[in-house]
Amino acid sequence: MAEPYFNEMYDASGLRAPYRMLEGWHQNMPAEFRALKQAEAEDLFRRYGITFAVYGEGGDPDRLIPFDMFPRVFTSEEWRKLERGIKQRARALNAFLSDVYDRGEIIRAGRIPADLVYRNEAYEIAVAGFRPPLGVFSHIVGIDLVRTGADQFYVLEDNCRTPSGVSYMLENREVMMRMFPHLFQENRVAPVDGYARLLKRTLASVAPEKCDRDPKVVLLTPGHFNSAYYEHSFLADLMGIEMVEGQDLFVEGDFCYMRTTEGPQKVDVIYRRIDDAFLDPLCFRPDSALGVPGLMNVYRSGGVTICSAPGAGVADDKAIYTYVPEMVRFYLGEAPILENVPTWQCAKADDLKYVQEHIAELVIKEVHGSGGYGMLVGPKSDKATIEAFAAKLAANPSNYIAQPTLALSTCPTFVNEGIAPRHVDLRPYCLVGRDIELVPGGLTRVALTEGSLVVNSSQGGGVKDTWVIAEE
Amino acid sequence: MILTVLHKTRYEFAAPVGGIIQSLRLTPAKSESQRVLDWSVEVPGAVLGTPLRDGAGDYVQTVSVRAPSTQIEVTVSGTVETTDTAGILRGHRERVPPRAYLRNTVRTEPNRAISDMVSEALKAQEDASELERAHLLAAAVAEAVAYQPGTTTAHTTAAEAMTAGAGVCQDHAHVLIACAHLAGLPARYVAGYLNATEDGAPHEASHAWAELYIAGLGWVGFDAANKCCPNEQYIRLGSGLDAQDAAPIRGLVLGGSEEELAVSVLVAPQGQSQQQ
Repeated sequence: MAEPYFNEMYDASGLRAPYRMLEGWHQNMPAEFRALKQAEAEDLFRRYGITFAVYGEGGDPDRLIPFDMFPRVFTSEEWRKLERGIKQRARALNAFLSDVYDRGEIIRAGRIPADLVYRNEAYEIAVAGFRPPLGVFSHIVGIDLVRTGADQFYVLEDNCRTPSGVSYMLENREVMMRMFPHLFQENRVAPVDGYARLLKRTLASVAPEKCDRDPKVVLLTPGHFNSAYYEHSFLADLMGIEMVEGQDLFVEGDFCYMRTTEGPQKVDVIYRRIDDAFLDPLCFRPDSALGVPGLMNVYRSGGVTICSAPGAGVADDKAIYTYVPEMVRFYLGEAPILENVPTWQCAKADDLKYVQEHIAELVIKEVHGSGGYGMLVGPKSDKATIEAFAAKLAANPSNYIAQPTLALSTCPTFVNEGIAPRHVDLRPYCLVGRDIELVPGGLTRVALTEGSLVVNSSQGGGVKDTWVIAEE
Repeated sequence: MILTVLHKTRYEFAAPVGGIIQSLRLTPAKSESQRVLDWSVEVPGAVLGTPLRDGAGDYVQTVSVRAPSTQIEVTVSGTVETTDTAGILRGHRERVPPRAYLRNTVRTEPNRAISDMVSEALKAQEDASELERAHLLAAAVAEAVAYQPGTTTAHTTAAEAMTAGAGVCQDHAHVLIACAHLAGLPARYVAGYLNATEDGAPHEASHAWAELYIAGLGWVGFDAANKCCPNEQYIRLGSGLDAQDAAPIRGLVLGGSEEELAVSVLVAPQGQSQQQ
């Protein structure tokens, strides 16, 4: 029977090349051994303290993310194309940000509607006209990709602010190498552990011009109530930099300093994992206790670099997303390598009409939503859910976009009965500083529930190690 | 006209605070309406950052005190040569696209009464120019909100002021911004000084008004509180989405305690004595 979804391991002609080494591995794995390994993996994750927080369900919000031991594999040829496409997109997104906070050429040229950009909540008036070091706004671009065929990939969304999840990419590999060392001896899996070094190099490369020494880089976290707090401390550790909270930093004169036991220490680059609105109570939300008062003045006078740059969010808005291929053509003069998913903007009357008529077939998302919250997967929803959602859509159409329900590819996944195909997506993390870097791999998220297309960890998704097989 | 300014803001704390940080927007920028002859911002005991020019063209400066303090005093003094440009802001160097000023904040969000007022003011005015419509809106706001100090606070919203039917310059500006946005005109809040001595009007020298963006003209000031456009009696300090965003002083104290604020503003034509 032909599956309606592209199976990354077995296609119509049988076993696909990237998975050749894994067929015997799982077939020869005794059930008891597998159970033992699964328990070992959980133990390792628990020991590393890798949890994430789920809110709104009651009970302890700290959860262990389900880990599936079956790797997801790309050939180097497949990866090369993805890599070119991802880097191209990261360059275009940064060019767009540089432009809309400067002369806005793409808007003057009539290629993107002015109101979509300038009236966007994420467009920060406070940084209009300011050019961050090297003109880079988004230093870590997380691009969510889905696959529908052997050569067919789509970008689902861009994340230009502070994409999370890279710690899972690193830990999944670490755990797999510990548990199955022979797999890595038999397969030439390209390493991903250079990520932290590259991230630090990227951050250091955008130090302010005023900085005339080895730049002091810190990671600014909102604190342990944040769902990604574990990741913040993990990354700071790997990079060998301090993780700080707002109260650990202060502004004096034209610079920002960190309080230390040896007195104030000047900070050059802040890798912030807090939202724009909370960065500086003297510039944005006055009630923010998470930020650093005065920070935006230091930033705008070139005393410190903030990564990602305040205002970067205007590039990853779901309404702007439609125009990213246009950005690639406009700024780079190239044809987009990665395709967008066709998207209906419910703010447009014609699009809204189509969406309302086809609501049961579509995926509908909030323009500013994330984490899989507040979305409708038409084909997977009952009538009552669809009707309730239709009412919300009608009340505020411009808050929504819609996309076709994509036939997401599947990857073999361990389930109770053995292995079974489950839907997956991929988030690679592209680093943009003096150079553009991409480690070969990313975070593969898997929808563990049979038939589910929602891969978000907050919605019952799990993760897998992602392999790129190195060239012979 | 040459205006002199002496503006003192003094915060006194009941118990010593651990530190103070402020972001000041207290230095006028050059435009065809105003030229700074001399200007100083002094804060004894504080570290002052280098003033930066933000995207809106305003000078912004950081002030901080790290030692425990019981008071801080910001003294602004200077002389500005002003010119009447009929409220039009020309020659002001800025980078923010006007359409970014179509967004509302909690303070400029319109209510039903405001949108009804806009419909009423612009009824049968389809042929009116943007400038004429702006004047109609400013006049409607002046009529709907009486100048009445003490009825509103620093946190009053446009909708609340509209309901009260009374307020001060800050409220007039907020309501006018809400109206302009409903009419599709970019609008923003402006803080500054007013030489109010000549007409004997009871307005304070520390003043606020709104600017509306008129295609072909650029930003034009409207002072609904005084039913006029800013002229040579006005000095413009800075702008923002609302009073909080445009505040001449935004500050924070560490380990806060009861604070007492004393403000004195003297604006006068040069040569006239500056008596309290």
